[in-house]
Amino acid sequence: MMSPKGPQSGGFSRLEDDALLRGRGRFVDDIALPGMLHAAFVRSPHAHARLLGIDAEAARLLPGVHAVYTYADLRPLMTGDRIGLALPSGYLRFHVDPYPLVKDEACYVGEPIAVVIACSRHVAEDGANLVEVELEPLPAVVDIDAGVQDEAAKARLDCPGNVVARTQLRYGDAEAAFADAPCVIRERFRLHKGGGHSIEGRGLIASFDAASDLLTAWNSTQMPHRCRTILSDMLGLAEHQIRVVAPDVGGGFGPKAVFHPEELVIAAAALLLGAPVKWIEDRFESFLAAVGERDQSWEIEVALEADGRLRGVRGVVRHDHGACTPYGLAIPYNSATNLINTYMLPAIDVDVVWCLTNMVPTSSTRGAGRPQGTFVIERMLDLAARRLGLDRAEIRRRNLIPAARMPYSVPIRMRDGSSMTYDSGDYPQCQARAMAEADWDGFAARRAASAAAGRLRGIGIGNYVELTGRGPFESVTVRIGPSGKVMVATGATSQGQSTQTTLARIVADILRVDIGRVHVSCGDTATSPLGVGAFASRQTVTAGNSATEAARHVAKKALEIASVLMEASVEDLELDGGAVRLKGVPQMKRELGELARAVNGSIGFPLPGGIAAGLFASSDFQVQGTPFANGCHVAEVEVDPATCQVEIKRYTVVHDCGTVLNPTVVDGQVIGGVVHGIGAALYEWMRFDAAGQPLTVTYADYLLPSADVVPRIAVHHLQSPSPLNPLGVKGAGEGGTIGAPAAIASAVEHALEGLGVTIRDLPITPSRLSAAIQAGGRTLRALRLPGDGGEARHG
Amino acid sequence: MAGRLGMVEMGAIAVTVNGVLRAAEVETRVHLADFLRHGLGLTGTHLGCEHGVCGACTVLVDGVSVRSCLMLAVQCQGRRVETVEGLAAADGTLHALQAALGAHHGLQCGYCTPGVLMTLVELQRELGGRPATEAEIRDRLSGHLCRCTGYQGMVDAALQVLGAPDDVPKTA
Repeated sequence: MMSPKGPQSGGFSRLEDDALLRGRGRFVDDIALPGMLHAAFVRSPHAHARLLGIDAEAARLLPGVHAVYTYADLRPLMTGDRIGLALPSGYLRFHVDPYPLVKDEACYVGEPIAVVIACSRHVAEDGANLVEVELEPLPAVVDIDAGVQDEAAKARLDCPGNVVARTQLRYGDAEAAFADAPCVIRERFRLHKGGGHSIEGRGLIASFDAASDLLTAWNSTQMPHRCRTILSDMLGLAEHQIRVVAPDVGGGFGPKAVFHPEELVIAAAALLLGAPVKWIEDRFESFLAAVGERDQSWEIEVALEADGRLRGVRGVVRHDHGACTPYGLAIPYNSATNLINTYMLPAIDVDVVWCLTNMVPTSSTRGAGRPQGTFVIERMLDLAARRLGLDRAEIRRRNLIPAARMPYSVPIRMRDGSSMTYDSGDYPQCQARAMAEADWDGFAARRAASAAAGRLRGIGIGNYVELTGRGPFESVTVRIGPSGKVMVATGATSQGQSTQTTLARIVADILRVDIGRVHVSCGDTATSPLGVGAFASRQTVTAGNSATEAARHVAKKALEIASVLMEASVEDLELDGGAVRLKGVPQMKRELGELARAVNGSIGFPLPGGIAAGLFASSDFQVQGTPFANGCHVAEVEVDPATCQVEIKRYTVVHDCGTVLNPTVVDGQVIGGVVHGIGAALYEWMRFDAAGQPLTVTYADYLLPSADVVPRIAVHHLQSPSPLNPLGVKGAGEGGTIGAPAAIASAVEHALEGLGVTIRDLPITPSRLSAAIQAGGRTLRALRLPGDGGEARHG
Repeated sequence: MAGRLGMVEMGAIAVTVNGVLRAAEVETRVHLADFLRHGLGLTGTHLGCEHGVCGACTVLVDGVSVRSCLMLAVQCQGRRVETVEGLAAADGTLHALQAALGAHHGLQCGYCTPGVLMTLVELQRELGGRPATEAEIRDRLSGHLCRCTGYQGMVDAALQVLGAPDDVPKTA
C-alpha cells in the first residue's frame, strides 16, 4: 500500500493513493491463487416459491465443473440450518435469519439456490444454466402497507405474519400536545432509498490450507472480524483456524457490513473441495441479491403552536424489511429518532413497524434511515411554515436547540442504556452560517434571472443530526521493530475513507516520525485479533482515539528505553525525526529502531532497566455515548417547466463534526455523501413489479448521479469538539447524505410554489413532478413565464 | 452457448498492450477486460457493471476510449491497447493526471480511478493544448460512475491539468 517513492510532495496526499493511481491496488478479484476454482450461483427467478427439486446432473457432467452444491450438500458442514445474523433486539417478534442456500422456500428473486464450482467463471456460469430447479410459485408480498394487514399473503410460510418487528418511539405527552394544538399538519410520505452501489461489487476468495489448518477468506467486506465470527459459528471452527482479510475494497456504503449467504457458501465449498474458490459478484447479482435500503411508508402528524414552535409528533412508519434479517433493525428506528433532529421536540409517539416482504433483505446504506426521518420532519416544517405564513428558515430557527443547552438529552434510551444525548454543537449558528454562505438573501435576484430564462428557481434548507462513532471500541496496536518502521494494526477497515492515512498521520505526529515510515494494516484478523469494522461513521472516533492512546504509550516507552540507554532523565529527552534525542543536543540520539532492538531482547541478557519486552502498545478505546455531528444544507434548483427536469444550481453545506483532523478528507466524505443524497432525492429507485420481479437491474435503468448533473458543492466547517473523546472528533461519513433529500425537496417545492405542489415521495422524478403539477390543478401559465421575475419572493 | 457442450471456440490474437506485443490464445467469448486482467495479469483495469455504463473498465484501443467489458478480446487483433499501467513514465514518475487526482483527493476507494484516468488522457490528447472548461470535463466524466467522491476532486484535478491557468481549483 505504501508508495515506493513516498507520498506526493507538498499539499494533500494519502498513503493509499500511489498504488491505486498506478493500477496496482489489490482488490479481491486481482488475487489469483494456484489451482483456484470459480463459482457461479443458481438463483431464484421467483419472489416467492416452494422449492420442489433440483436436478444438477447435467451441470455436474459438464467438462470443467468440479461440483454443484445445494442446501442438502452443505448442511452437514454447518452447525445449524440458518446463518445467525440478527443482532439482539427486543423488538424482533420472530427470527428470520437466512439459509446459506434455499432449503425449501425461496423468498426473493435472486436468493441463492445452488452453487456451481468450475475451472473458470465462464464454465461455472455454463454449468449454472444447466441446473434445473423446480419451483412452485407462491403469492408474493411487495407492498408494505398491504403487507402489514391481517389478510395479506405471507412472505414466509413459517412466520405467523409479516410484521416481523414492532416498537414505539415515545416520550412526553403526545396526546396532550395534539389535544388543543393551534396547528396540526397531517401528511403521508412514501420514501425510497436505494442501494449501496459501491462500484466494486461483493466478492471473496476462500482457501483452506491443510498444512496450517487455516481457512483464509479474502473478502470485500467492511467487517472482517464479524465475518470470521460467523464463519466460526457456522462451520464449527475455532478463531485460530480462520483468517479474514479485507484487501483493497472498492467502496462499501453499508451493504458490505452485512454477511451475505454467499460468503458462507464459498467458504464451505473451499473446505469441501480442498481448493481455493473465488466468487465475484456481477452487477446483475448485485441488483438482485446485495442488501440495500428500499421503501418506507409514513403517516405522520405534527402539532405546533401558532408561532411555529413544535408541540409534538406522532404517527407510524412502516419499513420494508425484505425477506429476512441480514443484520439489525436500525434503519426505521434511526429514521424515527431523526424526527427529533436539531429541534426542541416536547413529545413524540411514533409506531415503528418492520414488514417482511418478498424482496431482497434491507440493510443500511449511507445514512442508515436518517435521511428519511430528516426528510419527514423537514418537510413538515416547510408545510407548517406555509400554513402559518412563516419563513421556512424562521420556523426552524424558533425550534433549534440553543447552543447553551448542550449537552442536550432526549428521553430515549440508547443501546447502552443511556439517554440519547447531543453532546455538542451550535445549531442556530450552523443554520445562520449556511444561509449566509448560500447568499440566501440574494436569492430573489437569481430567481428573477432564472424566470427570465423560462425556468423555475427554488431555494431549500435542511438541518440534520447524525449519530456517529458507535462503540463499543476499535482496536489499534502500534508496534516499532528493529527496522524502525512503525506498524499500525487495526480492526478498522477501509473502503475509501482514508483510514490508513488518518491513523498513520495521528501516529506519525505523536511519534514525530515521517508518515512514510508508518505502515497501516487494516481489516486483517491475523494482524488485529480484535476488531469491529466500518459502519455508523465510527472509525475516526473509535480507531482514531485508540491510535492516539497506543501511540502515546509507545512514545512514553521509547523515552524510557532511551533514558536507560543514554543515561539521561526522561525529562531531558524528546522524540524527533524518528529518534529520541537529548534536548538541545539533537545529535545525541537513539533511533527508534535501536530502541526497539534493545527491548526485543538479546539471548540470555536481561532487558535494559527492567523494561517490559517489545516497543509496542495496544488500545481498545471504549467510547462513552455517541458524538452527534450536525449540519445544514442549502440547495438551489431550477425546474424546467416543460420537462420537469430538476437541475441543482448551487449547493452549500455547513458541517460540524467536531475537531477536523484532515479538512480535505472530511470535505471528500461530505461531498461524496451529499452526492449520494442527491441520488436518493432525484434519481435512485430500485423498482419491482407486483409479483416482486426487480425491474431496474442495470445502470441504464437505475440511475446514479453522474458528474454532469452534480453541482459544485461548497463545504464549510464549524468545529464543536465532542466532549466524549480526547480527540474531540465526530464521524463525517454520512452527514452529507442525511441532509440532502430534505434540502432538495424543499428547493423543488419552492420552485413550484403557487402550483399547489407538495413533495411527498422520494425520488423526485420528472414524471412524479409532472403528475404533482397536474394534480395541483394550476397551469404553468399561472407562473407568468418567461420574463416576469417580479414575483420572486421567497420564504 | 459455446461452452455448453464443451465446444469452446478459441482465437489467436496478437495485440500491443502498453507498447508491448502480446500474443495469446483466447476463448472467443472472453471480453477485453477479462483478457487484460486474467490473461495478462494487468489488474489495474476494473470491472464495475459489465454492461457498459459505469466506465470503470475504460481503456484506449488505437487511442480511442472503449468499455473493455463490451469488446471481445479477439476484436483487438492487431490493435494497440493502453491501460492505466502504462501511464506512469518508465522511471515511475506519475502522469500529470495521476498526480493531480491524488493531490485533489479525486479518488477515495480508487476502484473507478483507472477508467477515469484513461478517459481524461483521451481528452487531453484531443484538446491538443487548448484549455478545457469545467462543463466539458464534467460532460466527459459523465461516462464514469463514482460512488465515493461526488466527482468534485476529480473535476478539480482535471481542471488543474487540462483547464485554463486561471481555473485554479480551490483545493489545489
